[in-house]
Order: sequence, then C-alpha cells, then structure tokens
Amino acid sequence: MNASTENDDRAGSARGPRTGRLRFRASRWEKRLIEFDGVGHTYGEHTVLSGIDLRITERRVAFVGANGSGKSTLARMINGLVHPTRGRVLVDGLDPVRDGKRVRSRVGFVFTNPDSQIVMPTAGEDVAFSLRRKGLSKKEREDRAAAALAEHGLEGYADHPAQQLSGGQKQLLALCSMLVLDPEVLVCDEPTTLLDLRNKRLLVERLQALEQRVVLVTHDLELLDDFERVVVLDRGGIVADDEPGRALRHYRELVT
Amino acid sequence: MSSPLGLYQPGDSPLHRTPAGWKFLGLIAFATVIVVFDEPVPLALGGVAVLVGFVTARIGPGRVFRMMRLLLVLLAAVFALQWWLIGPESATVVCLRLLVAISAANLFTLTTRIGDLVSAIERGLSPTRGLGVRPELLGLLVGLTVQAVGALSTIAEQTRQAQRARNATRSVSAFAVPFLVRTLRHADELGEALAARGVGDTAPEEPERSEHAPPERGDD
Ligand SMILES: Nc1ncnc2c1ncn2[C@@H]1O[C@H](COP(=O)(O)OP(=O)(O)O)[C@@H](O)[C@H]1O
Ligand SMILES: [Mg+2]
Repeated sequence: MNASTENDDRAGSARGPRTGRLRFRASRWEKRLIEFDGVGHTYGEHTVLSGIDLRITERRVAFVGANGSGKSTLARMINGLVHPTRGRVLVDGLDPVRDGKRVRSRVGFVFTNPDSQIVMPTAGEDVAFSLRRKGLSKKEREDRAAAALAEHGLEGYADHPAQQLSGGQKQLLALCSMLVLDPEVLVCDEPTTLLDLRNKRLLVERLQALEQRVVLVTHDLELLDDFERVVVLDRGGIVADDEPGRALRHYRELVT
Repeated sequence: MSSPLGLYQPGDSPLHRTPAGWKFLGLIAFATVIVVFDEPVPLALGGVAVLVGFVTARIGPGRVFRMMRLLLVLLAAVFALQWWLIGPESATVVCLRLLVAISAANLFTLTTRIGDLVSAIERGLSPTRGLGVRPELLGLLVGLTVQAVGALSTIAEQTRQAQRARNATRSVSAFAVPFLVRTLRHADELGEALAARGVGDTAPEEPERSEHAPPERGDD
C-alpha cells in the first residue's frame, strides 16, 4: 500500500517506490490541509478567479490550464503573495493574509525564472541567505547550505558563482534555498518551462524524490504520472478535479 | 557576463585565508600609502607586492588580463593626456598609482567572498544596531547589486541579439522598449521571490517546529 492512500481516497492511481520512509511521516500530512473556501480574485474589473473550493490533503497535486486561466494567481495565494479578494485560504489552519510570515515559513515557492530567484553571488551564500534568521553561527549556516546543495545535486558548488550555473542548476539552487528551511509544502509555478529537456529531467527527478508536499503548476503533462490529483482550471474556475488520467483527458478535450 | 572587478575565485592561499575584515583594512591602508607616496620607486614596490599577491593566490595572467583589458585601454588614454599636460614622469606616477590601486582592489575581490566581507562589515557595524541600522540588510543589498549587474547585462545582451535578428540595430526604441519592459518584469519577479523568501517579514521567527531539531534562537 502506498503511503498516500492512507489519507486519501482519490489516490487510486498513485504509485511510486517511496513507501517505507514516507509512511513514517504520513501522520504529519494527515493533519495538514490547504483549504480554498469560496475564493475569488479580481484585478480591478477583471475577474481572474471565482468560486474556488478546494481541500488539498494529497502529497502531489497539480494545477493545469491554459495561459491566463488563473493558475499562478491561485498558487500564489498559498503563501500569501496574492490575497484573495473573496473567500479565504487556510494553510494548516493559518490564514496567509493575516499570518503571512508563519505561512511562508511552512510553504516554499519555486518560480519559473531561475534568474530572478537567486539573490546572492555564490550558490552557498544564496542557500545560507535563507538561514539568516535561524540564529545559527556563520559556520553552521555554511555547513547546512553545503549539505543542502549536496543533497539536491549541487555537491561542491558552494563557492560557484550562482549566475554562471546552467538554467537547470539555477533551478536546483532555487529549490535548495527553499528546502534548506524544511518547509511542509513546496509550491512550484511552472518550474520547468524555461528549461531544456535535460535540465527538465534533472529538476523533475529531484521534485519526485521530495518527501515534502508539492503543489505544481505546469504545462508539462508528462510530469504528472505519479501525481495523486490534478486540478484543471479554465477561465478562473475549476473544470476538472481528478486523478491524472481522467483530469488530463478532460484537459485535452478542453484545448482541442 | 564580465565585470570590471573580478568575482571570487575559490582557493586556499594565505590571502584567501586572511579574514575579510583585516584584508579590507589592509586594502584601505595600502591604497592610502600608494596615494601618499608619489615617487615611482615605492609605487613600483607596491606593484611588485600586488604581483606577488596574484602569484601566491594562483590567479593566472590570462584571467587578470581579461579583467584589466578595459582598464588598460583607459590607462593608456589617461597616460597620453597626462603626458601632454604634466610631462612623462608625473604621467607615469599617476598611471602607476591607478594601476597598482585597482590591481590591489581586484586581488581583494578575487580572494574574498562577498558574503565574508559583508559579515565583517556587519560585525563592524553591529554597535550601530541600537541606532536602528539593520546590518543584515547590507548583505542583501550587496548581493542584489551583484545580481542586478549580471541580470541587466544578460537582458541587454539578449535584447541586442533580438534587435540584430530583426535587422533593427539602428533603432533606439527597438532596444530601449524591450529592455525596459524586461527589466521591469525582472524587478517584479525579483520582488516576488524576495517576498517568498521572507524578506520584509519583520516579526521574529517562530521556534523550529520539527520534531527532531533542537530549538534554535532567533536573532532578529
Ligand atoms: N498583477 C496583475 N494585474 C492585472 N492582471 C493580472 C495580474 N496578474 C495576472 N493578471 C491576469 O490574471 C489572469 C490570470 O493570470 P495567471 O494567474 O498568471 O494565469 P496563469 O498562471 O494560469 O497563466 C490573466 O488574464 C492575467 O493577465
Ligand atoms: Mg502562470
């Protein structure tokens, strides 16, 4: 039995080789929940999301939909980067609008463009930057950063100029800078869109190995094989919410 | 991306291992001495000292040349001008002084992690915390400056290529408009990424919640 099926009746098709270690942590997710409750959003006159109700308990959830369907807006609400203009969002019972800081310490976010996410000159410093408020000594910060880099495929890159990494490595670095804080949830907004096939694979392998909960916004439908739940958005509303096979069939019908 | 000041080159020479703060003070002292002595001989000695620094830090001549290329052109122009204005000897001194001081600064940036310099400055500034200065923001500022230089040159280069591809190299707006739009978008994305990393969340960090990690103390 798969770890995820313990807390989820939608996960009929979920599969994956990572049963043992994850079962131990399954209880932690059981209580965790991302909730959208009648959520809507408008930019001025323009309604980009309306009537969104979702209760997310699964470990692997994806949002798919055409450009402009509201995926990014929805994903950004999870860590309070965008506030709903209607309804509310709850992450582990916390409201990202009022408790932004606490929510952001639980939710990591990886964006599309790796160049915009790296703020320090070297890879090691960028990861260590995430630890700046942890009250660690400089040595401890460096050690943890180096360990995190090694864990996510960037072993030995601590002193490497971050801007000289490949696109895929930059995205791994962005991932690393989030994971070093051990978030409960990782939200990724089209993290592979700007990567070539090889770098895409590199990142996907890492994402698949994560024990964190992942909410993935993507156009790369082949990434979704081991996902438990796929939410299809169209013009600001949910038009399908199912296991990947059925959801993606719906999505394909929608676009043809 | 190329930058007039070299970025850190990893190494374990004595220069690399000298604490950043002391090295920085050393650099300031060196530059002061260079400015005070305006005889060619002590200047040349200073130059030799910097050269020895490059050799012990194992920074190859190729890399140094690539970095200093632009500077050498500039220096040649300065030299010609000074020769004409104040004569060959003074021109030599002025240019030697510039060359030595800038090489020393380069040696410093090549052997010092920016992060280490920033922490040293943060430590030096920490007594000012009571006055409301937040030294940790300085680190971010330095990091973002370096990032911005890289990002803007990448955007400029890509915009120039797109311009060339469309045979619009003479059109100013074919460069300026996309450059501006892309720069603004970059700024937008950067702002979002910083917010996601908790920059601007000022309340103190809650204690770590994980079951296995020991509690940690928050420092700001
Ligand atoms: N800051 C903004 N101001 C105005 N409109 C926006 C803004 N951000 C997004 N939009 C609009 O909201 C809609 C949904 O955008 P988004 O959530 O980014 O969609 P997706 O990620 O699915 O492509 C689009 O029509 C977009 O133009
Ligand atoms: Mg989007």
